[in-house]
Amino acid sequence: MSATWEMICGLEVHVQLATRSKLFCSCATDGFGASPNSRICPVCTGQPGVLPVLNDGATKLAVKAALALGCEIREESIFARKNYFYPDLPKAYQISQYEKPLAENGSLAVAVKDAPSKTVGLQRIHIEEDAGKLLHAIGSEDLDYSLVDFNRAGIPLVEIVSKPDIRSPHEAYAYLQALKEILQFAGVSHCDMEKGEMRVDANISMRRAGEPFGTRVEIKNLNSFKAVRDALDYEGRRQIAALEKGERIIQETRLWDADVQATAPMRTKEEAHDYRYFPDPDLPPLHAPRSLVEAMRRELPELPEARRRRFIEDYGLSVSIANVLTGSRELADYVDAVAEITNPATATPTAGNLIATVLLGFLSERSLDLSRVIGRVTPESLGKLTLLIADGRISKTMSKEILAEMLNSGRDPEEILKERGGGQVLDEAQLAQWVRAAIDQSPKAVADVKSGKERAIGAIVGAAMKLSQGKANPTILNKLIKEELAP
Amino acid sequence: MSSISPEEVAKIAKLARLKLSQDEIALYQRQMSRILDSMAKLRQLDTQAVPPTASVPWIEPSPREDEPAAFSNASALVALAPEREGPYFKVRKVIE
Repeated sequence: MSATWEMICGLEVHVQLATRSKLFCSCATDGFGASPNSRICPVCTGQPGVLPVLNDGATKLAVKAALALGCEIREESIFARKNYFYPDLPKAYQISQYEKPLAENGSLAVAVKDAPSKTVGLQRIHIEEDAGKLLHAIGSEDLDYSLVDFNRAGIPLVEIVSKPDIRSPHEAYAYLQALKEILQFAGVSHCDMEKGEMRVDANISMRRAGEPFGTRVEIKNLNSFKAVRDALDYEGRRQIAALEKGERIIQETRLWDADVQATAPMRTKEEAHDYRYFPDPDLPPLHAPRSLVEAMRRELPELPEARRRRFIEDYGLSVSIANVLTGSRELADYVDAVAEITNPATATPTAGNLIATVLLGFLSERSLDLSRVIGRVTPESLGKLTLLIADGRISKTMSKEILAEMLNSGRDPEEILKERGGGQVLDEAQLAQWVRAAIDQSPKAVADVKSGKERAIGAIVGAAMKLSQGKANPTILNKLIKEELAP
Repeated sequence: MSSISPEEVAKIAKLARLKLSQDEIALYQRQMSRILDSMAKLRQLDTQAVPPTASVPWIEPSPREDEPAAFSNASALVALAPEREGPYFKVRKVIE
């Protein structure tokens, strides 16, 4: 990208709130993968004469999201109807919020690799209902009609709209990661993109530094954070090329095609949008009184940034390991559970390293989620393993082998150790035998130690270790040799 | 005293997926203008002391707990549709 051009980008992110029932009716939200139209009722299919009743759980989660993202929360916000015709929208309007959204003016700290972290402003967060799902093909066969599944219709969403503060595809990527992390930690959403629980639209324009904002283009069909990054990169280049040829950018919606790595204008039969928003007369204003906001604030768990700091300060983890271990709430909770067992805190760095290297390596090699192995390698058994290292009964190298075995078989670390010949020898009588033999073998080192060259003791430890075939505990060997040679 | 143009009526009709004849456009233009005139009259009232109202006061429903309850007759809703295929609602193709 030419250095004189600057990207101006804002992201609109739809996030599914982790409720069990829909926003305005009691239908379950577990319809993903369930049989089509099995989670529907007269309300979410827009039958005449029905009335929406707001799900209290959705309000609470939306308030939590707003708090976690540092927003000002309106005590009274208004639901509005957004009117348009599309077969995924049974009422021909979507219940959303328009003039008075739930929350405004938030911010999110974004860590961009190799750059100081920056703050991206948030314009607004509002609550709205999801639409249904349209099917245009069965398998690879295109249909000459469309099929509709309303399982998703009416599921509660929050739309989180950033200010146009994002300046590069990498910043957009980092923003989305930070957003996902904080929403997952706060328990607001699972943010599973494969299930459509987090969806992103991007607005992008290019300008020469210092000039006013140019005409923006909206990009849709962004199915992953990587797609957002790639699409912004492509669209930025496309706009620069057009602008440098003296062409004008048309304000339009374009779709990202990941297969050809390009955006193209969206072609639908939909007219230019004119949503004719108005307050929904079926719903009273949404109340988020101080008392509710404060209650939600108390329920808010420790957020990623605070947790990272605590992992570094209390557990003595390195910055990079702490970053890895706070990558998800589940993982961070796991680390906390292990730390409870490995007290004193000195053993936790060892556990942290084991988790970051062996355990996460195992998961990524097999594309597994942490939840798949937590049952096999419980915090208790990982704690036990760490204590074996702390007590000097096994080496770090051996601990990695044992953990790999635990991940494969779900067996207890002590049991694996026993099978492998018991790990390090701690028995002092046995160790003393090797020490005496080593002293006999090393007259020069013995003389050196006696004349005050403490370092020469290493040669004797080495000899004893060799005699033990590597099984002796080096700390105890050291102690015994010193006692043996003491004047 | 016409406060809405035939073009505006046509546009609203299009957004509402209504096909109107020229006579109907003229009819609705007169009717909608009268409605707007009435609103304009209301607007002359002094509402300084009245808070903006998005919906009329009513007994607020007690908040619904987030507890799923299945509707017992989901398939009947699909059966109501003019066209369907298996468990799906069937509609005209919406993408080109």
